[in-house]
Amino acid sequence: MAKQIGTFEKRKERLDRGIKVRTEGIYAVSSWQEVTYLVLPRLILIVGLLLLPLLIPSLYWKRVISIAAIYALLALGFDFLAHFVGLVSLGGAFFIGVGGYTAALLNKSLGLPPALTIPMATIGGAIICTILLLPALPLRGVYFAIVTLMYPLALMRIIEALNIFGGTDGILGVAGFPNRWIEQYLIILIVIFALFGLRRLVNEDIGLVFRGVKDNDQAVRASGLSITLYKAIAVFIASGLGSLGGAYLSHIYMWSGISQFALDFSVIPIAATVIGGGGTLVGPLLGCFFLVPISEWLREFGTLRIVFYSVILMAFIMFRSEGVMVYAQRKYHQFQRWVKV
Amino acid sequence: MVILIYGIINSFSLALMAIGFTLVYGICRLPNFAHGALYVITGFLVWSLIHLLKLNYVISILLALVIMGLVGAAIYRFVLIRVRGMATSEIIATYALGLAILEFLRWGGFKGMTYTLPVFIEGSVNIGGIPVDFQRIIVIGIGIIVVSFMWLFTHFNKTGLALRGMAQDEHAAMMLGIDSDWMAVIAMAMGSILAGLSAIALLPLGNIVVEAGYNVLILSIAVCIVGGLGSWVGAILAAFMIGFLQIITVAYIQSHFHMVVALLAIIVTLILRPSGLFGRQKELEERV
Repeated sequence: MAKQIGTFEKRKERLDRGIKVRTEGIYAVSSWQEVTYLVLPRLILIVGLLLLPLLIPSLYWKRVISIAAIYALLALGFDFLAHFVGLVSLGGAFFIGVGGYTAALLNKSLGLPPALTIPMATIGGAIICTILLLPALPLRGVYFAIVTLMYPLALMRIIEALNIFGGTDGILGVAGFPNRWIEQYLIILIVIFALFGLRRLVNEDIGLVFRGVKDNDQAVRASGLSITLYKAIAVFIASGLGSLGGAYLSHIYMWSGISQFALDFSVIPIAATVIGGGGTLVGPLLGCFFLVPISEWLREFGTLRIVFYSVILMAFIMFRSEGVMVYAQRKYHQFQRWVKV
Repeated sequence: MVILIYGIINSFSLALMAIGFTLVYGICRLPNFAHGALYVITGFLVWSLIHLLKLNYVISILLALVIMGLVGAAIYRFVLIRVRGMATSEIIATYALGLAILEFLRWGGFKGMTYTLPVFIEGSVNIGGIPVDFQRIIVIGIGIIVVSFMWLFTHFNKTGLALRGMAQDEHAAMMLGIDSDWMAVIAMAMGSILAGLSAIALLPLGNIVVEAGYNVLILSIAVCIVGGLGSWVGAILAAFMIGFLQIITVAYIQSHFHMVVALLAIIVTLILRPSGLFGRQKELEERV
């Protein structure tokens, strides 16, 4: 960026902050300033999330926090798939619906308690979603997006038309959680673990392969690695997170129905990722905790809230596709100044 | 015999729906997920022009098509041109746009079974002992006209040839002086007009409901994938295949399965032959 000021040209230069440079490598623990610089943002995030249910008095809004946490799992999955593996998943509702129905069916038909159905629905849902998405995985381009877009819409219509799994009424009488505090805090702990786990995962060797699949899949193929396998692993992880959220949702509402395939679950993760900052896994999480309360507040306007997200989504994609957290991280780590060219 | 006639009608309906989507994808490599939204909005536009402005049916149709063309051009010029080339953002942008339009129509009160468009000609005719109403025959007629117009346009008109050139090889076309953005504007406008035309032909057969938008999107995507994304000939052939499959399923198995047929068609195509019947992407480039 150059501009004329006076008689010489200037350009903007961005440099890492001194303290950021001092925290690279082993010097990260050399003094309290460095440790604080690294730990403080993460500490604020964790403490904030854990204190949130205690600070909100009303029972209704406490449940909204749980729902926001479920959306956060979906958004983490979407961000992971879109910015670390290169697969755009337009159908978060698919994962939620599969997980939700699996948990409800396990609970009703086999009588298993939530402590068992949730893990089983996570793994089972992930397996089912990966198998159903398998035809689209070897292909490049837009096919994955198309298939994930189609699955929730088609499954909704199929369940309604064939009247299986309870049809339009859904599966009623699913067991709830034994303790209110477990219901409240388990999902927040799961979200925190998922966030930091995914962060760790993308910095491991397998994360490097994922990024390779996104940037240049022929290079990965030339290294003798099977791209379909790694895409399948990534989809397994993301759909596992989504199915976990869906199973949790079934047990919170004690009901499971075709509205778990609703568009809300597809749009809000995408909007949260675009607004919060794609590529940083924490951006979508914060985006969800911002968007879901707004969604609940707008619920009285009916489906206008989906219009609201879609328009904001489009505005952000067109004009500010960077996102809030990417901007914030840049400001935290770097400073910029004008220099003479 | 019933199967034959209704199969042909269903196939032409699917072909009409799909040709707009495949046109835009073939020329700009842009999947237009707002296709279903454009379909429904044309229906509501014609309804509003007839009932709120009290215009003649024919004039409403022509005016609605013109407006849809402008809408399509505006969508490209103001929204999509900014995200051109970034595949993730293009997909998200058209998806969000389609969603915004459809849910806005749903909120705006256009719910329920009360909105219909009148059929062009009342009455029905007997073909081989089966009564077929005139509107469905008109669907076939419009389908044939659209297909032949597209063929003639892209083979003999200068703009049509430029569009075909863009579809074949974007860089070579740009070297010859064909402006890629202007061609994309024309392609989006034509895609919207085709979506509108299919709405005008098909909506008199039922009610105008927002769900039709999602159904049209799923069906046109299914047809385009089976036929090969970007190939017009493939889309028409795939429309016939899926159309007849759907009618046979409805006749011999249960009538609820027609959506399942579309879904299965996509899955089977992606497993067996991902580029579709006449897909332009060769298997080597595509299968990773």
